[in-house]
Amino acid sequence: MKDTVVLDEKRLIAQEKLNNPSLMRTIWREIKHDKMAMGSLILLAIILITAYASPLFVDAVALKRVNFLATWKPPSAEHWLGTDDGGRDVFGQLLLGTRNSFTIGICVTLLAGIIGLTYGLVAGFYGGKVDNAMMRVLEFLMVLPSLMFIIVFVVIVPNYTVFTFILIMSTFAWFGKARLIRSRALQERELDYINASKTLGTPSWKIMFFEMFPNLSSLVIVNMTLTLAGNIGLETGLTFLGFGLPTGTPSLGTLISFARTPDVVQNKWWVWLPAALLILVMMLCINYIGQAVKRASDARQRLA
Amino acid sequence: MLKFILRRTLLMIPQLILLSIIIFMLAKMMPGDALTGAFQGNPDVSLEQLEKLREKAGLNDPWYQQYGRWLGNAVQGDFGKSYVHQQKVTSLLAGKVENTVILSLFTLIVTYLIALPLGIIAGRFTDSWADKAIVTYNYFAFATPLFVFALLMMWFFAFVLGWLPYGSSVDIKLESGTWDYFVSRAKHLVLPVLSGSLLATFSTIQYLRNDIIDQKLRDYVKTARAKGVPEAKVYTRHILRNSLLPIAAFLGFEITGLIGGSVFIESIFSYPGLGYLFIQSISTRDFTVVTALVMISGTAVIVGTMLSDIILSIVDPRIRIE
Repeated sequence: MKDTVVLDEKRLIAQEKLNNPSLMRTIWREIKHDKMAMGSLILLAIILITAYASPLFVDAVALKRVNFLATWKPPSAEHWLGTDDGGRDVFGQLLLGTRNSFTIGICVTLLAGIIGLTYGLVAGFYGGKVDNAMMRVLEFLMVLPSLMFIIVFVVIVPNYTVFTFILIMSTFAWFGKARLIRSRALQERELDYINASKTLGTPSWKIMFFEMFPNLSSLVIVNMTLTLAGNIGLETGLTFLGFGLPTGTPSLGTLISFARTPDVVQNKWWVWLPAALLILVMMLCINYIGQAVKRASDARQRLA
Repeated sequence: MLKFILRRTLLMIPQLILLSIIIFMLAKMMPGDALTGAFQGNPDVSLEQLEKLREKAGLNDPWYQQYGRWLGNAVQGDFGKSYVHQQKVTSLLAGKVENTVILSLFTLIVTYLIALPLGIIAGRFTDSWADKAIVTYNYFAFATPLFVFALLMMWFFAFVLGWLPYGSSVDIKLESGTWDYFVSRAKHLVLPVLSGSLLATFSTIQYLRNDIIDQKLRDYVKTARAKGVPEAKVYTRHILRNSLLPIAAFLGFEITGLIGGSVFIESIFSYPGLGYLFIQSISTRDFTVVTALVMISGTAVIVGTMLSDIILSIVDPRIRIE
């Protein structure tokens, strides 16, 4: 009875899982291995937890109250980062701004991700003429001066709200993603499992979203992490220029936009400098984590 | 070769037409038309008269007729009249185009002056301290938002150190043509150009570094070394020739980046160029100027992309086959 091998199915599956750890597990291992990425993750977590927990200790209504007796006060024990032109506390606005900027960054990234993913999957799945036509359109969209278009839309849209802003930004944020996903989907469609599924008569949308997409998910996650930073940068930049979040919704860009006059830049640094540095730190952290995620998704580049 | 250039140029035409249609539709969505500006607040013109003038100017025609007329004028460089400044858009643009071209050109040159040597050093001496420093710098260049960086540069160099002027393109008191004027102009350019180019180096450095690392192991490099070519020459003559060519392809994207970046850079340094004019015009709802600016920028990017495709096809014949 030497030839008989008893297959312990459970053990095999467990072993298989150990050999092929999930993406999240690989990412975690990669981050743990890279001290800078770990540091970035902790720093970003501290910033975000403070910002999102701010309603517990910052009074949002008091932040909007104008106090002309306390305008442009430098940092003190009462106002950690001083006050702005209306006597409002800068530190509180900083926390609120971080929260808004990050939330909007996430929303835009998700929305643009969904649009880009759908466009890329459809083009890549059908291939041929459909792909060709869709790519010509995409090529055209990619050369548009999108920053100018976003600003024009922001100005001419009636009933401008935070939601319309997210919509406008997402409209111009998915092009790169669609191209990336399409090129991978084109390779994927030649594989046997797709053909088998087609033969079995599975509807196309089901193949695209439930069979093809899971195989591209690591690509999507990497891309989303990296574009999140870019989207936060763009939102704060637009708000800085005055074409971002509607007034009344503070963003980090709102605080930086005080630096439009030489006097504020030079003498009232406490209003804009902390916000500028905070954006810089957040961008660096997110990108560092993004790099680790990228390495984790590509076995050749992994450090861990 | 000629066939490729011709085909690529023809491909540009539908893109330009589509761009103009989109911009025309946007212009129609914007409040006000050519006459609102010309007769706004003029009590001598009644509403009926205005309506007659509209009819005469063809503003009540179907959209495709209006579009045809608008495009015809735009091609001849006539973008209508600015509501706010009460003068032709073209005369408003006159000096601004030149300013932006100068700024972009210098930014591009400085970008390559920084990026090429750094990319070559990083690729040649992989994993040395210099490579690590360059990779770190490049990582910062990628992650930093342009407007934050420009603002920090302005704050540090113009206010804390006081070395350089912080705004405008030249000292107003100086007369044009003099040596002082030229010096002042150059000084005003330093900060905007540096802010733009120090961050724009990212793609070039990364591409060059990766490509040189890749080329180093190729057979032709081994052959060159075996034949006794000095190490420095292997890089400058053999590897660089292959690695540099595709960088030409980035030119189109660099132009796109420069146009987007000019909006931030110019409005931070109040540099009187197209980007600053764009922000000013849209803030005052001066839509004829806005339309003209978007059209000009869009055309510049489309032409730029076409040029870089053609350059790439000249330097790398493999592209043409596809």
